[in-house]
Amino acid sequence: MSSAREIEHFAQAEYKYGWTADLETDSAPCGLNEDTIRFISRKKDEPAWLLEWRLRAFRHWLTMKEPTWAKVHYPKIDYQAISYYSAPRSTAGKPRSLDEVDPKLLEEYAKLGIPLREQEQLTGVAVDAVMDSVSVATTFKQKLSDLGIIFCSFSEAVREHPDLVRKYLGSVVPYTDNFFATLNCAVFSDGSFVYVPKGVRCPMELSTYFRINASNTGQFERTLIVADAGAYVSYLEGCTAPMRDENQLHAAVVELVAHDDARVKYSTVQNWYPGDENGKGGIYNFVTKRGKCAGVNSHISWTQVETGSAITWKYPSCILLGDNSVGEFYSVALTNHRMQADTGTKMIHLGKNTRSTIVSKGIAAGHGQNSYRGLVRITKGAEHARNYSRCDSLLIGDRCGAHTFPYIENQNPTARVEHEASTSKIGEDQIYYCQQRGISAEDAVSMIVNGFCREVLAELPMEFAVEAQKLLGLKLEGSVG
Amino acid sequence: MLKITNLQARVAGGKQILNGVNLEVRPGEVHAIMGPNGSGKSTLAHVLAGREGYEIIGGTVEYQGQDLLALAPEERARAGVFLAFQYPVEIPGVSNMFFLRTALNEIRRHRGEEEVDAMDFMALVKKKLKIVDIDEALLKRPVNAGFSGGEKKRNEIFQLAVLEPTLAILDETDSGLDIDALRTVAWGVNAMRSPKRAIVMVTHYQRLLEYIVPDRVHVLAGGRILRSGGKDLALHLEEQGYKWVKDETAGVR
Ligand SMILES: Nc1ncnc2c1ncn2[C@@H]1O[C@H](COP(=O)(O)OP(=O)(O)O)[C@@H](O)[C@H]1O
Ligand SMILES: [Mg+2]
Repeated sequence: MSSAREIEHFAQAEYKYGWTADLETDSAPCGLNEDTIRFISRKKDEPAWLLEWRLRAFRHWLTMKEPTWAKVHYPKIDYQAISYYSAPRSTAGKPRSLDEVDPKLLEEYAKLGIPLREQEQLTGVAVDAVMDSVSVATTFKQKLSDLGIIFCSFSEAVREHPDLVRKYLGSVVPYTDNFFATLNCAVFSDGSFVYVPKGVRCPMELSTYFRINASNTGQFERTLIVADAGAYVSYLEGCTAPMRDENQLHAAVVELVAHDDARVKYSTVQNWYPGDENGKGGIYNFVTKRGKCAGVNSHISWTQVETGSAITWKYPSCILLGDNSVGEFYSVALTNHRMQADTGTKMIHLGKNTRSTIVSKGIAAGHGQNSYRGLVRITKGAEHARNYSRCDSLLIGDRCGAHTFPYIENQNPTARVEHEASTSKIGEDQIYYCQQRGISAEDAVSMIVNGFCREVLAELPMEFAVEAQKLLGLKLEGSVG
Repeated sequence: MLKITNLQARVAGGKQILNGVNLEVRPGEVHAIMGPNGSGKSTLAHVLAGREGYEIIGGTVEYQGQDLLALAPEERARAGVFLAFQYPVEIPGVSNMFFLRTALNEIRRHRGEEEVDAMDFMALVKKKLKIVDIDEALLKRPVNAGFSGGEKKRNEIFQLAVLEPTLAILDETDSGLDIDALRTVAWGVNAMRSPKRAIVMVTHYQRLLEYIVPDRVHVLAGGRILRSGGKDLALHLEEQGYKWVKDETAGVR
């Protein structure tokens, strides 16, 4: 632990002088203005067009108001009190050892079987870790590049593949889209870029875990995934281990593009720090995720298991532009303690014979508040469009809440839209019945919850599904009895 | 195996239902507890199983030498106490097979035995299907969800057959069954009779006892055992109805 002590010493020294604005250090001063954006862009050595784009977004953002329509409550965010750039190696503000991390969080790591080394990384302990996966990542990358697949950090993509980035950046989520997305456009730190060329089927699940320099992409992450005609890619975001982050606000943007006959499958398990039982701390997760089924017969599916964050505000959506294109949204959102989730999807049917499926499972326990908010829009030209939606809510205890806000706008008489919804409660009698068969109350809840979510978990890649299942049980420990 | 002494219980914060129950059950025995509706039969069963919401005001329950009332419900189950519910509970989304395998493995783990995997469990299920005739399709469906009354009861007995408890308490397993279903269920229960296992059947009607012949019959009324006897007591009840019981209870009060 001597290296830890060294770091501690170093960190304290740095702390003494606080955050500084000078360019020698790798962090921006708090506050947001055009200079901040120029600073970020310069730090990243970006081309002029990208700086211009960021600035346009910023100027637009100044005219926007923070949305209030979601059923979430949080104290006002002071956007001038945030530092918008800090280099990956920065140690300020991070815990100096695992001793400083919430013991509850560590307990969860232990239960998930996360090795100590990884725990330090996840909690952001300020150690200069050399990831063991570097060599794995290298062979992995070779395999991909043989197929012509590009999978790299966003910054690298800007440098190495500027034409592709320029062509697709903002093509699904324009910089004027919404308050949080626009903010992201102005200040985004880094993220992932994927391009799968025509007719190529990506042979493995792509996950940020295997990407070199994946750590600390920061609170304003940006992901862009393009599947060219006939291509297929499955992308995994996130991690089942809880991620601690000193940044409270997260405003990420994900754009997906699927050309003719292409398919993109995007899976998320989100387990950011949700704050403590009393709602102290935790991440505000305001995310804009959208996919464009640009080509005929294209197919985009979103699968998400949201188990963390103090506030989750996200609506992974599909624009079904190409004829016969398919959009899918499978979601589990769990809120316990004081967590709040307002999540759902938008399915925008533009092309003929477009189809969409929505399966949403909301679980609320403790004082958790869980809202499904979804829009199905069938435009005039969307002949014979079809949508099937199913929104189920499961309540555990009687201090939590579940709400559904389904919006349907249908402008085409040939369309068929089906919506089903249900709310159920885990009853004491169900738990007792399980107990009488030898199953503990906690295992009973976990079993019932996993049963409730089965349709969604089945959409996840196998290994991920098993972990997600474990995670759901863990997140509900102590919520009954 | 089971020794209930002067057991008194009430609904938490509510009225007293068990007013001093005494009962002793030995391994291999089959006991029937009969009595009018509302006499406390189900309450007794649930108190033995450890359901929340009841307060024990007095008395003791000894099961295999341990204080049964001190154990959590799942611990009682793992120790071999099984209750076939009068109203089996539906658990949507959880397959019957998975549920039952989980339960079996909890019990096996408690006994220090190895867990059974899905394959071995299938084999076991196939074997038990011979004891309790239940539609295999039901096993793949969520626990009791959308089952008919009869199917639920059969499922309880099927679970009994798979879990092989030491003490099985059957709460009105006969109610709501047509005669064919009653025969199948009774056949299953009889197949489960063993010198090591005790069975306590709670029933309102004598009918069941024609198919499962008990060693002892008890009449529960007003929260206590009013009379005990051999299987003839059941016939006596059948002829006389429960009126005399009510009269006697009134006399006691
Ligand atoms: N949880 C409860 N709350 C209130 N009253 C109850 C509760 N459980 C049982 N009782 C009452 O206790 C009495 C006995 O019920 P029960 O044990 O179900 O009788 P039985 O099974 O013999 O028909 C009834 O009067 C019933 O209404
Ligand atoms: Mg009863």
